[in-house]
Amino acid sequence: MKRLVLSTALAALMALPALGQSAEPNHGGNMIVTYKDDVATLDPAIGYDWQNWSMIKSVFDGLMDYEPGTTVLRPGLAESYDLSEDGLTYTFHLRPGVKFHNGREMTSEDVVWSINRVVNPATQSPGQGFFGMIEGFDAAATGTAEGLSGLSAPDAKTVVFKLSRPDATFLHVMALNFSFVVPKEVVEAEGADFGKKPVGTGAFRLTEWTLGQRLVFEKNPDYWIAGVPYLDSFTVEVGQEPVVALLRAQNGEVDVPGDGIPPAKFVEVMGDPAQKALVVEGGQLHTGYVTMNVTQPPFDKAEVRRAVNMAINKDRIVQVINGRAVPASQPLPPTMPGYTKDYAGYPYDPEGAKKLLADAGYADGFTTEIYAMNTDPNPRIAQAIQQDLKAIGIDAAIKSLAQANVIEAGGAGTAPMIWSGGMAWIADFPDPANFYGPILGCGGAVEGGWNWAKYCNETLDAKAAEADSIVDPARAGDRLKMWSDIYMAVMEDAPWAPVFNEQRFTMKSARMGGADALYVDPVSIPVNYDYVFIKE
Amino acid sequence: MLAYVARRLIQSALILLGVSFITFLLLYVLPADPVRQIAGRSATAETVESIRRQLGLDQPFLVQYGRYLGNLVQGDFGRSYLQKTEVTDLLLSRLPATLLLMVAAILCELVIGLTLGVIAALNRGKALDNTLMLSSFVTVSAPQFVVALLLLYVFAVRLGWFPIGGYGTPAHLVLPALTLGILGSGWYSRIMRSSMLDVLRADFIRTARAKGLGRARVVLGHALPNAILPVVAMIGIDIGMFMSGIVVVESVFGWPGIGQLAWQAIQRVDIPIIMGVTLVSALAIVIGNLLADLVAPVIDPRIRIR
Amino acid sequence: MTANVSTSPEPADLGGGAPPVWRRLARRRLAVLGLVIIAACVAGAVLAPWVAPHDPNEQHFDGLTIEGAPLPPGAAFWFGTDLLGRDLFSRLLFGARTSLVIGIVANGTALVIGTLVGVTAGYFRGIAGAVLMRFTDLMMAFPALLLAICLAAIFSPSLWIVAMVIAFVNWVQTARVIFTQTSSLAERDFIAAERTLGAGHGRILLRHILPHLVPTLIVWGTLGISTTVLLEAKLSYLGVGVQPPTPSWGNIIFENQTYFQTAPWLVFIPGAAILALALAFNLVGDALRDILDPTQQGRD
Repeated sequence: MKRLVLSTALAALMALPALGQSAEPNHGGNMIVTYKDDVATLDPAIGYDWQNWSMIKSVFDGLMDYEPGTTVLRPGLAESYDLSEDGLTYTFHLRPGVKFHNGREMTSEDVVWSINRVVNPATQSPGQGFFGMIEGFDAAATGTAEGLSGLSAPDAKTVVFKLSRPDATFLHVMALNFSFVVPKEVVEAEGADFGKKPVGTGAFRLTEWTLGQRLVFEKNPDYWIAGVPYLDSFTVEVGQEPVVALLRAQNGEVDVPGDGIPPAKFVEVMGDPAQKALVVEGGQLHTGYVTMNVTQPPFDKAEVRRAVNMAINKDRIVQVINGRAVPASQPLPPTMPGYTKDYAGYPYDPEGAKKLLADAGYADGFTTEIYAMNTDPNPRIAQAIQQDLKAIGIDAAIKSLAQANVIEAGGAGTAPMIWSGGMAWIADFPDPANFYGPILGCGGAVEGGWNWAKYCNETLDAKAAEADSIVDPARAGDRLKMWSDIYMAVMEDAPWAPVFNEQRFTMKSARMGGADALYVDPVSIPVNYDYVFIKE
Repeated sequence: MLAYVARRLIQSALILLGVSFITFLLLYVLPADPVRQIAGRSATAETVESIRRQLGLDQPFLVQYGRYLGNLVQGDFGRSYLQKTEVTDLLLSRLPATLLLMVAAILCELVIGLTLGVIAALNRGKALDNTLMLSSFVTVSAPQFVVALLLLYVFAVRLGWFPIGGYGTPAHLVLPALTLGILGSGWYSRIMRSSMLDVLRADFIRTARAKGLGRARVVLGHALPNAILPVVAMIGIDIGMFMSGIVVVESVFGWPGIGQLAWQAIQRVDIPIIMGVTLVSALAIVIGNLLADLVAPVIDPRIRIR
Repeated sequence: MTANVSTSPEPADLGGGAPPVWRRLARRRLAVLGLVIIAACVAGAVLAPWVAPHDPNEQHFDGLTIEGAPLPPGAAFWFGTDLLGRDLFSRLLFGARTSLVIGIVANGTALVIGTLVGVTAGYFRGIAGAVLMRFTDLMMAFPALLLAICLAAIFSPSLWIVAMVIAFVNWVQTARVIFTQTSSLAERDFIAAERTLGAGHGRILLRHILPHLVPTLIVWGTLGISTTVLLEAKLSYLGVGVQPPTPSWGNIIFENQTYFQTAPWLVFIPGAAILALALAFNLVGDALRDILDPTQQGRD
């Protein structure tokens, strides 16, 4: 029986700023963040875009959490958990004294109710599929059963999960927004409006939402981590064009432009030492890649796909986007556990590529199409790729369309090649499994799935399942090695041509304090609101 | 007169019906699945189908359309697919801002455009006329984004006379209204100019001058009222255009208008919002044209309402 | 409001003494300037493959700085380069083809349709007029953006589809304005007088109504060049019209407009081209109108 204990006393340590920050965090102040798009919803069961992801993390909590600024798991609402020997039963012991924003104390009943709510088809939650490893999922997900049979609350402080198969990603799922705890009475009272009037256990409460203009989050004085958050409040202003947001930031009106530094201003900002000092650069769990539909000739031949990999001049593309990315050699991003270091990938070799094409029977090249999303800089990148392909004889016509249209074409399998920029996969949680299932596994290769390459390798799927059944933390290294092998096999088959891993550049005002990692938090995108503070 | 207005209103209702049908049809035919947007990228096929059934999107076109109309007549625009908020709430939260900007912008357009147009007409053929002509072409040819950003940069960032975008005080209104006013003034000034030239040539003007009336009186009292007719039609067009939303100006100035709502909804195939916005702007268009048609005979009594 | 003493301009009498139109046109310097600009644009478009110094789609390695920024106008690239290192001058020449088709053909079609609808509705009124105007209202409220996205997904993108969409959408404004003006003109006393004299509708429309509409049409037609060229860019963005890397003046501006502070040549040079074309048509149009306008007789 394995145990992980984190006593309440140790929880006080969680209040200290992460990662050896030297300055004492200052309490107080209001931070201003801007976004272009309106915030869709703050309902943790529904919110699934990168914009509301971290806001939801601030208003709600889950059983597990991450060390701020890192991809390391730590206990959240659960102060400890036990795992059975067979890896099928997780028993979480809840932390005492956690209150919802409406004053009521949280119990295990709330946890059970929240997760059943996500699995309930009537909620229409995009996160339903993540709970597939829990016993009783199929019945609950189709609505035949009231809730998950494998989920129970033997007493007010204990929650038990019985899984139908051992799953190494389970703890990550417990840290996902979809498993965050909501108060039943508020959800039932507000109904569909709960997303606009969220009540949770998190570090911040939503106190104002003026549709189309701003959201105001205020500190939760009863938060169960003492001393956190440091800010008194933070305001999210929506409807701001990124270029203007940057101007306002330069003028001192905005603390963090949430959409980042727009491409048009990038060179200017990074070229000015004063401004560059305010920019934090970090990796993202993101890869930009070209998918090739392996069911459509000529991409059904591996040589052709490898030729495409060798034809793309990644350095030049990175130059075109002003150095905001690093060339990628494999599907996983460098900061993802399981990344194969020292793997060089396919070299840039147009001559070699032409030879491969000739070997495959396409010495004269062929015509095809490449789809791309129409927002800058994606059409430009697609055009750069187009020129590279032309150099080896592949004539690719560009179809630059709205995002929904490209996603539709990808799901339907009508697009031979897709440049994933703007729609590329960003990991839901920092685990290599998340980069496989929906986008490279057989499960995602169905009609409408996100596996646009329609790549289905049963052997690799079996290996993936095997890797995910290794739940023993002592064997975590073995598991990662298995995943690394899986992705190397994927590269051998080359259904994708990985191009680059986009770096994240967050600009913050001079008065913002806190470890740099908080501003490029890989999990709490873009900023970890709970742990940043305003310097005095 | 009342009979005419009543007739027009009935016709407008028919137009709105037509617009709703066409829009619904286009959204139905559009190869972008709204259910996928809702279900998210990690959803299984079962989840997707379940959502599709719940939203009634698996029904045939006419059934879905009928249901939508049925709700519509009860005042229910439905709920946004992605936000789950009532569409009426979303629309109402943005309408005041749009209306305000529209009125202010049209006023700016008229003031700038009409003044310049009259001046050009009175100085026909001279350097001033040519310069004004050049400037109206420049304003019409200029991309909205560039003009908006330029004005923002110069007057808000550099000079600091106005806030850098936002909504709430009259100061926030000035730059966006001015931007739209400048961009649209080109049309008004050119039309005003040519209309004035046409009128100034008429005999009754010669008569008025021969009577010894001062120039100003002739221009303002006699020529202007007659020349202003096409401008009325243009205002009707403008109302319609502004109510459909001007995304670019709204997003540069952070103005919470309908344009941004519509644009986002289209990207995400959020059908209830798209339908709601289209209907609201269609309503504005027919009302704008109706008003223009009602005002025209006031300006030119020869036009009879039939 | 004073009552107008209506006058009817007599049809132009071009018999005998007056010199032919083209010669009178040639005497007006501004009109000649306009014609020269139009000719230059057309020539540039037609002769592009031979005149352009570079391939418009070639992304030059030396066309960008090390950080990937475009180059300003200089010796190697006369108008500078764009964000992919392509020669702007060459792109402008090839882009003229697209923009001329849009600005002249699409815009012209919209103008003609709008005039036909507006004149018919304004002159004949009655049921036909009401139906036409309500149809115009409908088309104005039509969700053109949605139509564009649908078309983009269904058809392979082409210049002619976008030209069609623009013509389809842009005629309504002309129709409204022409309708209002025609309604006013049709009620003038001299029209009634002509009718009692036995003049047919055609003659009245052609000789009495249309000449008064010409100034409005010129304004609408010439300003329309600019707006349609820019509209084409917006539609291409949605996937309807020409696809990258095919250039058009509008889409060069559109894809680079956020960069106008760091690379102003990418916005101002194509913008100037659009401006020049629209102005040129205006100069010629104005001159033609003056020449053909009978009340201007003898003022050359």
